[in-house]
Amino acid sequence: MSLPVESDAVAAAIQRWENEPGGLLPLLQEVQATLGFIPPEAVPGIATAFNLSRAEVHGVISFYHDFRTSPGGRHRVQICRAEACQAVGARALERHATTLLGAGFGDTTDDGAITLEPVYCLGNCACGPSVRIDDCIHGRVNGDRLEALLAACRQPEVS
Amino acid sequence: MNVEAWLPRDTSAVAVGADAVADALLKAGVELMRNGSRGAFWLEPLLEVDLGGERIGFGPVTVADVPDLLAALKSEPASHPLYLGPVDAIPWLASQQRLTFRRSGLGDPLCLDHYRQLGGYAGLERALDLSPQEIVAEVTASGLRGRGGAAFPAGTKWQTVLDAPAAQKYVVCNADEGDSGTFADRLLMESDPYQLLEGMAIAGLAVGATAGYIYLRSEYPLAQRVLESAIERARAAKLLGADILVSGRTFDITLRLGAGAYICGEETSLLDSLEGKRGMVRVKPPLPAVQGLFGQPTLVHNVLTLAAASAVLAEGAAGYQALGTGRSRGTLTLQLAGNIRRGGLVEVPFGISLRQVLEEFGGGSLSGRPIRAVQVGGPLGAYLPESLWDTPLDYEALAGVGALLGHGGVVVFDDTVDMAQQARFAMEFCAVESCGKCTPCRIGSTRGVEVIDRVVAGEQHEANLALLEDLCDTMEHGSLCAMGGLTPNPVRSALEHFTEDFG
Repeated sequence: MSLPVESDAVAAAIQRWENEPGGLLPLLQEVQATLGFIPPEAVPGIATAFNLSRAEVHGVISFYHDFRTSPGGRHRVQICRAEACQAVGARALERHATTLLGAGFGDTTDDGAITLEPVYCLGNCACGPSVRIDDCIHGRVNGDRLEALLAACRQPEVS
Repeated sequence: MNVEAWLPRDTSAVAVGADAVADALLKAGVELMRNGSRGAFWLEPLLEVDLGGERIGFGPVTVADVPDLLAALKSEPASHPLYLGPVDAIPWLASQQRLTFRRSGLGDPLCLDHYRQLGGYAGLERALDLSPQEIVAEVTASGLRGRGGAAFPAGTKWQTVLDAPAAQKYVVCNADEGDSGTFADRLLMESDPYQLLEGMAIAGLAVGATAGYIYLRSEYPLAQRVLESAIERARAAKLLGADILVSGRTFDITLRLGAGAYICGEETSLLDSLEGKRGMVRVKPPLPAVQGLFGQPTLVHNVLTLAAASAVLAEGAAGYQALGTGRSRGTLTLQLAGNIRRGGLVEVPFGISLRQVLEEFGGGSLSGRPIRAVQVGGPLGAYLPESLWDTPLDYEALAGVGALLGHGGVVVFDDTVDMAQQARFAMEFCAVESCGKCTPCRIGSTRGVEVIDRVVAGEQHEANLALLEDLCDTMEHGSLCAMGGLTPNPVRSALEHFTEDFG
C-alpha cells in the first residue's frame, strides 16, 4: 500500500472483522467508507486474514456495484434508472445529467467533484424521479432541480 | 405558540423536503415530533397538527407555506389551501384496511412505549407462553404466505426449520427490497421497526434459532439508521438479547448491509452474501430451511412476512385468516408508484381489482394523460394493458393471466411509454444484475437486448421475433432462479399486449 493511512485503515478493519462470521463484506464496506475505495494493494492482506485466495477477495469486490477500486469524486451522485422513475422521466433526467456533467455513468467529473452512477431503485417510487447524493435521497427531481443539486456538489469544499 | 404537530421523517417525505419544513417549523417555535409516514406519499410532506384533540392534516407542505400556515392555525385552519381535514378521515387512508401498517405514521418510530401502547409486543409475550410447535401451528393456521414475491406458505417453512435438528439455527430477514416500484419494507422499517424485530424474535422462539440477521440493501441509508437505533433500544429493554422479557430465552439480531446487487434479494444469493461471498444463487435443494446460512437450518423471510407474524400471534390465527380471499389470506400491501397522481402504500384485503386501485386510490396518472400500461410485481412482473385491469389482485388470479403479484409493486405508465424500450430494459437490467452462475440468464439477457434492438430496427422482423420467443423460452425453463426465469414476463407481455410498439 502506498500510503500509511491506507494500510492503517485496512489493518484496523481486518482486526475488527476477521473473526466475525461472514465478515468479509462488512470489512470491505468499512474500508471503502474510510478511504472512499478499496485499494487493490489491500487485497493480499485481506485474503491472508480470511484464509482466502486473492482471486476470491477480488471476486467479491468486483461482484458488488457499491465497491470501487480507485478513488471517486467528492460526491457520489446516483440517478435511479428503474421502471417507476422511468415512468416519470428518469430517462430524460439521465441524459440531462450526463450532458451537464460531461461524464457518463462510472465517470468522475474533471474537477473531481462528482462521480456519476446508475442505481436501480431507491425505494422512493411514488415520488420519482429519484436521485441519491451521498446519503441523501431527493425526490421529484426535474431538470432544474438536478442542475441546482449538481451545482451545490461542485462548490469548492469549505475547509 | 405551543402546537403539537407531527411531520414525517421517512425517506420519501425527506426526499420531497420534509427536513427543511421541519427546520422552519422548529424555528417558529412549533413543538414538533418527527413521526414515520402513513404512506400517503402524494401528500408528503404531510404536516399533522393537534387541533382540539384531533389530528388535522396539511399537505404537501413546502417551506414557503410555513408562515401562512402558522397564521391560519391561529385563526381559521380550515381556510388554508393545504387543509386536508382530520387525517384519519382522508378517504385515501380511511378506505384502506391497515393491519401490517396500522401503526405506521402515528408516532415516533423509535419510541418503545408508543409501540407497546398500540399493541406492540403482545405477540411476543403470547409466544413466550407457547411451545415452539404451538407457535408454528398458529402461523400455519393463519394462512400467512411469504410476502417477498413467491408466496410460499409460511407455516410449512417454519415447520421445516423447527423439525431440522441442529445446534445453531438462524432467522434471516430479507430486507433487500430491490424491485422498482416497491417501498413497503422500507416504510415498515422506517416507520414501525419494532414490529419487524418482534416478528423475528417470535420466529426465533418458534424454530429454535437464537441468532437473526437483517440483510438490508445499501440503497436505504435512512432505514439503516432507524434499525440500528431500534435494535439498540430493544436490547436495552430486554426485548432482544439474552433472557428476553425475563424468560431465559435468547434471540439477538445483527444488521448487515448489502452492496448494491439486486440478485441478493434472491434468498440463496442473499445467504452467500451474508457469508461474505459473491452473491451467487445456490442450487436448490438443499432448501435454506434445511441447509441455509453457514450450512445451518435457516428461516428466510421478507420483512412483511416476519412483521405479520407479530400480528398473527397478537390477534390469533383466526383474525388474520378472516381477511382475504381464496388462498390469499390477510391483507395485500400494494405500492402504487410511477406515473400516478396519488401514489403510496395501499393496504387492502386481497381481491380488489387493479382498476379500482388505479382509479379509486391512484386517481389517474400524474401527467394527466391516459394510463397505458401497468407493471405489477416489480421488474420481473408483466406489463398489463387496460383489458386486464379487472383481474382481482391475488396470487392465483394474476397467475391465471400470466402475471404475478410479487412484492406488490404497481408501476403506472402513461401513453408516452415506448413498450419496446421497456422490454429492452427488462433484458438490460437482467444483464446488469445477473449473478452469472447460469448461462440462460447471464448470456440470454445480453442476447435479448440485441435481438430486441434488431426487431425494433426492422431487421428480419419475423425471424428475430421468433428468435426472441425462443430465447424467452430458454431463459424461462433453463435459468437457475427467478431472475432469469421471470425476465421473459415483462418482455413477452409487452410483445403480446403492445405489439404495435415493436415496429
